[in-house]
Amino acid sequence: MILVFVEQDQGRAERSSLEAISAARRIASAAGSAEPVAAVLIGPGATMAAAGLADYGVSEAHVVEDEALSAYAPAAWGRTVAQLAASLAPSIVLAAGTDRGHEVLAYAAALSDAPMAANCLEVRPGSPFEVTRQRWGGSLLEEAALDAAAGPGTARFLTVAEHAFQPEPASESSPLAVHPFVPTLSEPDLRVRVVSKVAPEVGKVSLADARVVVGGGRGVGGAEAFSELEELARLLHGAVGVSRVVTSAGWRPHSQQVGQTGTRIAPDIYIACGISGAIQHIVGCKAAKSILVINTDREAPIMSRAAYAVIGDLHAVVPAISAEIRRRQAS
Amino acid sequence: MNVLVCVKRVPETGGRVSLTSDERDIDTRYLGFTVSPHEECAAEEAVRLIEANGGSSTVLTLGPEAASDQLRAAMAIGIDRAILLETDGQDWDPVATAAAIADAIRVEAAAGVSYDLILFGNEAADSGDFQVAIRVALALGLPCISGVKSLDVRDGMASARRESGGGWEVFEVPLPAVVSVREGINLPRYPSVPGRLRAKKKEIERSVPMARPSGPTKLRLRLPAETEGKVEILGSGADAAPAVVDLLERIGVLAR
Amino acid sequence: MSWLPDRARVVVIGAGIVGNSMAYHLARQGWRDIVLVDKGALPNPGGSTGHASNFIFTTDHSKEMTAFTLDSVRQYKELGVFTESGGIEVARTPARMEEFKRRLASAHSWAIEAELISPERIKELVPYIEPSILLGGFYTPGVGVVDSLRAGTLMREAATETGALTVSALTETTGIDVVDGRVAAVHTDRGTIQTETVVIACGIWSPRIARMAGASIPLTPAVHQMISVGPVPAFADTVGEITFPIVRDMDTNMYERQHGGDLEVGSYAHRAILMSPDDIPSIAESAQSPSELPFTDDDFDLQMEQALELVPEILRDERVGVRYAINGLLSLTPDGMPILGETPEVKGLWSVAAVWIKEAPGIAKTVAEWMTHGTPEIDPHASDIARFYDHHRTAAHVDARSAEGFNKTYGIVHPMEQWDSNRNVRLSPIHIRQRELDAVFFEAAGWERPFWYGANERLLAEYGDRVMPRAAEWESRWWSPIINAEHLAMRDRVAMVDLAAFAIFDVSGPGAVAYLQGLVVNQVDVKVGRVVYTPLLNEAGGIVADLTIIRLAHDRFRVVTGGGMGMRDKKWFSDHLPADGSVQIHDQTSALYTLGVWGPRARDLVQSVTTADLSATAFPFGTARTVDIGGVRTLMSRISYVGELGWEIYAPMEEGLRLWDILWAAGQPFGVIAAGIGVYATTGRLEKGYRAHGNELELDFNLVEAGMGRPTVKDADFVGKTAYLAQRASPPDTILSTLTLDDPTSSSGVRRYMLGREPITTPDGEFLVDARGRRSYVTSAGSAPSVGKHVLMAYLPPAYAVEGTKLAVEYFGERYPVTVAVVGSSPIFDPENARIRA
Repeated sequence: MILVFVEQDQGRAERSSLEAISAARRIASAAGSAEPVAAVLIGPGATMAAAGLADYGVSEAHVVEDEALSAYAPAAWGRTVAQLAASLAPSIVLAAGTDRGHEVLAYAAALSDAPMAANCLEVRPGSPFEVTRQRWGGSLLEEAALDAAAGPGTARFLTVAEHAFQPEPASESSPLAVHPFVPTLSEPDLRVRVVSKVAPEVGKVSLADARVVVGGGRGVGGAEAFSELEELARLLHGAVGVSRVVTSAGWRPHSQQVGQTGTRIAPDIYIACGISGAIQHIVGCKAAKSILVINTDREAPIMSRAAYAVIGDLHAVVPAISAEIRRRQAS
Repeated sequence: MNVLVCVKRVPETGGRVSLTSDERDIDTRYLGFTVSPHEECAAEEAVRLIEANGGSSTVLTLGPEAASDQLRAAMAIGIDRAILLETDGQDWDPVATAAAIADAIRVEAAAGVSYDLILFGNEAADSGDFQVAIRVALALGLPCISGVKSLDVRDGMASARRESGGGWEVFEVPLPAVVSVREGINLPRYPSVPGRLRAKKKEIERSVPMARPSGPTKLRLRLPAETEGKVEILGSGADAAPAVVDLLERIGVLAR
Repeated sequence: MSWLPDRARVVVIGAGIVGNSMAYHLARQGWRDIVLVDKGALPNPGGSTGHASNFIFTTDHSKEMTAFTLDSVRQYKELGVFTESGGIEVARTPARMEEFKRRLASAHSWAIEAELISPERIKELVPYIEPSILLGGFYTPGVGVVDSLRAGTLMREAATETGALTVSALTETTGIDVVDGRVAAVHTDRGTIQTETVVIACGIWSPRIARMAGASIPLTPAVHQMISVGPVPAFADTVGEITFPIVRDMDTNMYERQHGGDLEVGSYAHRAILMSPDDIPSIAESAQSPSELPFTDDDFDLQMEQALELVPEILRDERVGVRYAINGLLSLTPDGMPILGETPEVKGLWSVAAVWIKEAPGIAKTVAEWMTHGTPEIDPHASDIARFYDHHRTAAHVDARSAEGFNKTYGIVHPMEQWDSNRNVRLSPIHIRQRELDAVFFEAAGWERPFWYGANERLLAEYGDRVMPRAAEWESRWWSPIINAEHLAMRDRVAMVDLAAFAIFDVSGPGAVAYLQGLVVNQVDVKVGRVVYTPLLNEAGGIVADLTIIRLAHDRFRVVTGGGMGMRDKKWFSDHLPADGSVQIHDQTSALYTLGVWGPRARDLVQSVTTADLSATAFPFGTARTVDIGGVRTLMSRISYVGELGWEIYAPMEEGLRLWDILWAAGQPFGVIAAGIGVYATTGRLEKGYRAHGNELELDFNLVEAGMGRPTVKDADFVGKTAYLAQRASPPDTILSTLTLDDPTSSSGVRRYMLGREPITTPDGEFLVDARGRRSYVTSAGSAPSVGKHVLMAYLPPAYAVEGTKLAVEYFGERYPVTVAVVGSSPIFDPENARIRA
């Protein structure tokens, strides 16, 4: 069995978790075994979200809707997964390579006295058990062996890199068994939990989810000049993203940074303005479906990643695009 | 208060990474070294906390002798003490690293130095293991908040925020606690010249950690396949605007 | 992505400040189909230009370097990329203050406005400096900074607009084809360009590119450390890049300069950190750029402390952070000069390397002129790539000398200062005898040459005060009164001078006479056995070289020239060879030993060991003959650079020691001494008014001005004849004269002796400027022990070039009275040349 920790929000599984399920099915089929894929879901809405997993080839779902776990509590969630893994004895415990995925699996692995490999792209079960995983945010790959430190039969704990797999519905929906699970938790497990949330600004498109991201780099030239990019992003219902140079210079807040140490984006189109394309930035935007570069330098490194380009000064090109959009919308 | 910040020496990579001929490491002949960006912010956060609350800050790393450069860089911006868990330079897996750091913190405690706050970067820039802070916290029985981009410490409590879906999740824990931070929590300062000179003169406390390899074993590194596509030039300057808007319509991000 | 032509008139490789300037100046010289390629992106392809601190101090003791720099400033101003900030070189030590006086003299010689200022004045100009540790400063108001990337862009644009230039960035040169010794094509990763001319403007990569064509550019990349700190509160309200003068802290080998809100601190004080050109990372591999390596802060520690002393207000401020710190790579050469010109190995392959921001446009203009018509306005002889011998091209030499030179970047370098590293490269066959005589060796072209012999100290007692002893430390350095004692002993008796360093080429073949006639000024279609001294000119009539030619046979000549310029002269001769193969040049430098024997007893000495008739009638001045000396068959040539009876004697190198021993033994009854190059190249020469290339003779002056015009001009055409005839047709604008120092006593009562390059003024300190704007300065200086005077040579405007005119020379901040002793070429000693003809 491969056990997947599935993140869900109000009864809907996160896309990244569906990717992880697809990865699990691939691992299972590649191994030639008919290992079932099981899921664990925690928090309010878990049962509802579980129901939708049948379409993705999940055969059993373990849902935890314990009141104590309604708020995200990483240590408690991790212990829950560890306990379930101990009872189900899966060969692999998998999660998406998200904040929560990494965190929960790190706890689960540590509590299971097992190593964890983060951001895997390929898994080769067997002996030795090998994975290919991302280092440096994906600009370098590592092939690693995951020894069964605690002896044969111990689960391997892995996260799969975001955007590395497509969520793939199963060819035929299999019957799904849903089991409630009640973990045994102690007070220290619940010391860390979300005590409150600050909702996103109304109308603000989150960078990670935006279908259009308008990016600005050193070429924008200064804090004030970002208004042109914001205008275009607003017209496209998108978000503004920036390179590390821009946040280091204090022109824009770090929350807008795209890259290895910022946000990973996966828009339909990334409009990169005045960005040269340092490797740390590229790893943050390479999941974009297409990249449109606006740059005076037709030799900028980011050109090699671009599908489309406009050669020219972004301060002329960007306002012209905004004007053209407004013109067409008015007509 | 006492704050410990744990950092890792990593190469400062450029536009393209090259590997050594045995494909086990990055070729660092031409590269400088730094600490991971998240950890740079962790060190800055430690300095700010001590500036605001008084007390003492300590920086710790596990790495080769050369990693004393990174310890000194931290001291140059105002960290008071430095501890080097000296290795032969080979990569340590996250499980062994966490165990060694936990050991060192216990040794400190035995010597009467206890930490109210132990700061990490959310993940190391090179290995990206996402787990050392959590493993250290579990080993020491401390609460751990990860991915923090805003930290407030007062009255023995830490209040931390991290980004979630465009908004924020807020955590509160009593001290002592482990917190792993993300770049963006602050804008790290540059070291001043007097700071650098002070750091040069400071002692680095050294010990040799016990190696207990147990994590993923690195077999080899490789570079991802480059997918260099052909770029379609839509035009030059402002004249290209209609072509751009046509494209936006075509891919369906602009409804007419 | 760029369009790359498959054919070009010239391909310039490298788009840093040098390559851009080259493209620009070639276009201005009328070149078309110029292609400029660089493997990096524009405007900053990643070489040294990209991280340069971009400031320009103008004064250098080298006339050539100063000329390049001043012309560059002029060009940068024209481009509108020069910001004049002024610059102050500051002194922490008395020795440095003395150096500033010397520097001021150089500034005056090269017509640069500068002054010495007090610590208080420095503080006024640069308020953030700590004046208490300073003794004073050398202030040059015309110093400034340039935007070298912008300059490059403007020059590319200008050349592109005229249609002359195609630029291709991200284009890496992968090979250079050479066919029959000439460039044929440049291969790049974007295609091949057929071309017959290539300019290597690749800075630190130049050796790598040259090697692709089988040529050598002996430079090494080396680290220059720089940090940038900020934000500096004192700069908060300033506008633009720089408002305060740049400070060079000479005694610590550092500079501090405002850069917007930051202060840049750079150093040449750390250990020399050299790198092989093959080890420079690729652009993709570099964290910043290939020439910006990770900062190694251990190397900067001491400098940091020293910078703190000088600019404490800024650097002690805890709010001011180190924002940027690099080990920047720049180019160093074994002798500190750029490497310019067509490579001797490959026709059509030009080097413009080891050129810094401050001199790049001036150098590019010079090289473009050189490439176009061969007659550059500024004489580039000290930078000529043809100056190197093979040993100079070895990594061992390049690294050793570059490392040694690096810390002298801001050093107080004596004009005669000798290198410590990589010595004993070329040794005379009599080296063992020289050591026995306790020789003090100076180096020339790798040769170890005795400058004087310690064994001759005994002569000091013989000559007493006639050796003109020196009291001041500066001019006693690299000098000994023994030189003057040797000189006097030579004039009294006879001296043997080792001349192994001579460069010798035999020119032969059926076309030899016509070839040489067409190349040199004086008549060389002379009887076999005649010896001719002759200058060589370029087409513009500038002086390229001077040397002697012996006619050995109807179709064979021997060219003898100084070791220092030997390889350059050889290239000049080679370049002019007829294409039909009727003339050959054989380099005999390593095959032939030369020994000079001069003095009133020279004939007696040599006659005692030969049966040949050496009498004045049988063997007159200006002739050469084969003579057996003992068992050594030699060629004796009766000429002299020291104004005495005697010969240069040529023998097989391996028999040199035997020849020396025979003559030395025979010379004992005549009181023979060994005399060093101090006599040969300074005292003996100056007393006779003989001109030296690089001092009196260079492109900037013509033969008429140098007093070397002859009453008749040969019928045959020769290079520069038209210009020479024109020069003769009008009176000279300046005339080379010999001056004597009237009173060497300084204000503090110490006798001081000039060493050269000092400005000549009127007695009340007015500088002498000729009709072409050239200032008068001392071209050579030294003792004339036979006349008991210190003598100076200088070009003087005609109004002052009158014997008996009272003038002055500026030396270490004081003026010393001098008198014009001789105008033109007649010597102050033995003006009838009776001794030579004896």
